[in-house]
Amino acid sequence: MDDALSAEAEMVQERPGRLREFWFYFRENRGAVIGLWIFAIFAFLAFFGPLIAPHDATNQFREATLQPPVWQDGGTWTHILGTDPLGRDMLSRLIVGARYSFFVGVVVVSIAATGGIIIGLIAGFSPKWADSIIMRVMDIVLAFPSLLLALVLVAILGPSLTNAMIAIAIVLQPHYVRLTRASVLSELQKDYVVSARVAGAGIFRLMFVTVLPNCLAPIIVQAALSFSTAILDAAALGFLGMGAQPPTPEWGTMLAEAREFILRAWWVVTFPGLAILVTVLAINLMGDGLRDALDPKLKRS
Amino acid sequence: MLNYVLGRLLTFIPTFVGVTLISFSFIRALPGDPIQVMAGERGISDERYAELAKQFGYDRPIYVQFWEYLTGVLQGDLGNSFVTKRPVWDEFFALFPATLELSICAMIFAVLLGLPAGVIAAVNRGKFFDRALMSTALVGYSMPIFWWALLLIIVFSGNLQWTPVSGRIDLLYYFPDPTGFMIIDSLASGQKGAFTSALRHLILPTVVLGTIPLAVIARQTRSAMLEVLGEDYIRTARAKGMSPLRVNGVHALRNALIPVVTVIGLSVGTLLAGAILTETIFSWPGIGKWMVDSIFRRDYPVVQGGLLLIAVMVMIVNLTVDMLYGVINPKIRKR
Repeated sequence: MDDALSAEAEMVQERPGRLREFWFYFRENRGAVIGLWIFAIFAFLAFFGPLIAPHDATNQFREATLQPPVWQDGGTWTHILGTDPLGRDMLSRLIVGARYSFFVGVVVVSIAATGGIIIGLIAGFSPKWADSIIMRVMDIVLAFPSLLLALVLVAILGPSLTNAMIAIAIVLQPHYVRLTRASVLSELQKDYVVSARVAGAGIFRLMFVTVLPNCLAPIIVQAALSFSTAILDAAALGFLGMGAQPPTPEWGTMLAEAREFILRAWWVVTFPGLAILVTVLAINLMGDGLRDALDPKLKRS
Repeated sequence: MLNYVLGRLLTFIPTFVGVTLISFSFIRALPGDPIQVMAGERGISDERYAELAKQFGYDRPIYVQFWEYLTGVLQGDLGNSFVTKRPVWDEFFALFPATLELSICAMIFAVLLGLPAGVIAAVNRGKFFDRALMSTALVGYSMPIFWWALLLIIVFSGNLQWTPVSGRIDLLYYFPDPTGFMIIDSLASGQKGAFTSALRHLILPTVVLGTIPLAVIARQTRSAMLEVLGEDYIRTARAKGMSPLRVNGVHALRNALIPVVTVIGLSVGTLLAGAILTETIFSWPGIGKWMVDSIFRRDYPVVQGGLLLIAVMVMIVNLTVDMLYGVINPKIRKR
């Protein structure tokens, strides 16, 4: 009892140190830091986009349709990245569009991670038969290619950004379940769990206070990686006409609208995709850095 | 080993029933009544509606419908398409070779570039080549492939005029297709220019579909190689004075291949998801485009059957990979 208490006291003291240790390792990875900066800019645009954008994202400048970017013949400083077929300012649309992708990432990861962690914990703690049933159900969901399943789900729910987010969250959920369950099962073997149980900790305390904090490292990495998957899938659904609907300046939807102009106006196609790529790349860089900083196996070597 | 195989096969059955149940119930949940959809804009009289409902079995209890569907599926009967009236099964297997051809080419592309890239990166760990290759791989891994496809079209079809924008072959060519693989059939037909035309149509979709697997394979090969390169037997081989090419290419790569093979096998799902986007953009007449079109046309039996067949295919491939894994890697078999 005393040992368990003092161990817990030590852990509490150790916490700020852990964070500093994490930052020490994270900083080592230059790509991850660059990714973090880009992500910070992306988050900033998501919150303050409409205030920064030079024009209203839906305003149609009818006298200036399909105007090229400023460095090309015919471009003007009023529309730095040119205008789309309806004369809307590309730069403003891109800036305002950041919030949709950011929102998609945050919502999808929150839903998928919360649901996945809870189901994973339940599976890890339940008797074998219940565990098998849960895992079989997850296998079934994983048997469908994610984009196809999301596409059919959106077709059922009706095309919109909200439904696209729900569909993507459902599709990503099983990964969290598997990850959480695997960590829980390996943690349950350890002495500290046994001692907590002997000390009389209830099942919920065991789940959320004793075991869960020690399973978080891989889940955090997975969260970073699925943030980028969510953005990519939402953009893909938007591109197929099953995500955000026009005139929403969501990047994937913008690409879909621009498709017929690809051979006449390269900029309407290039910039939205570039925005998706840079954002996803930044998040993946961050995810790699997170994994290296949190994975104890790599740290020691 | 036998127990392992049997155990895996047994888990296949409940998953199969579950997948069937999901694809069956999805379609029941789709908005709009299938019969109304079939009737189209003109509408339908009540008597005719009842007659059709009886014909398709929609008037019976849902569990009876599911049972009939399940037994039908096991006999290869997935119903008929509302639009073409042809059996879903036949349509699927008529279009499947196109997707298979594209996927195989994409995989070959990914493996041919990804394996050497991963090996070179691992051997030059931390140096310029490693950084350059791995940065490129990360970009590839983060690529929105629908945008990548559009970019390639702008450059290679628009500016350079090297490749066609859509389809599998120019319309001037017509020949029987015994294998369903355009590059084989065009070669067998002996028509002048047919083969080059098919090949030119194939290049861009292959690159687009192969990009993400390429990046995944390169990254996986690198990390597997790094693990193996630290082993004692590699040091021994080096100490014996073997050429670096032989040590890295034969001794190390052979053992690094095990996780890589798994990754290749497991990316079948990724390929099929990618095929949906790739085929839609390049108007490639495969199952990806067929599924998207059917979803938009509300062709319920096709969506239902296609979803099921694709899922079952992914399951079979994963199962095979699992078992092959046991064959390649004796460490697992013993357990």
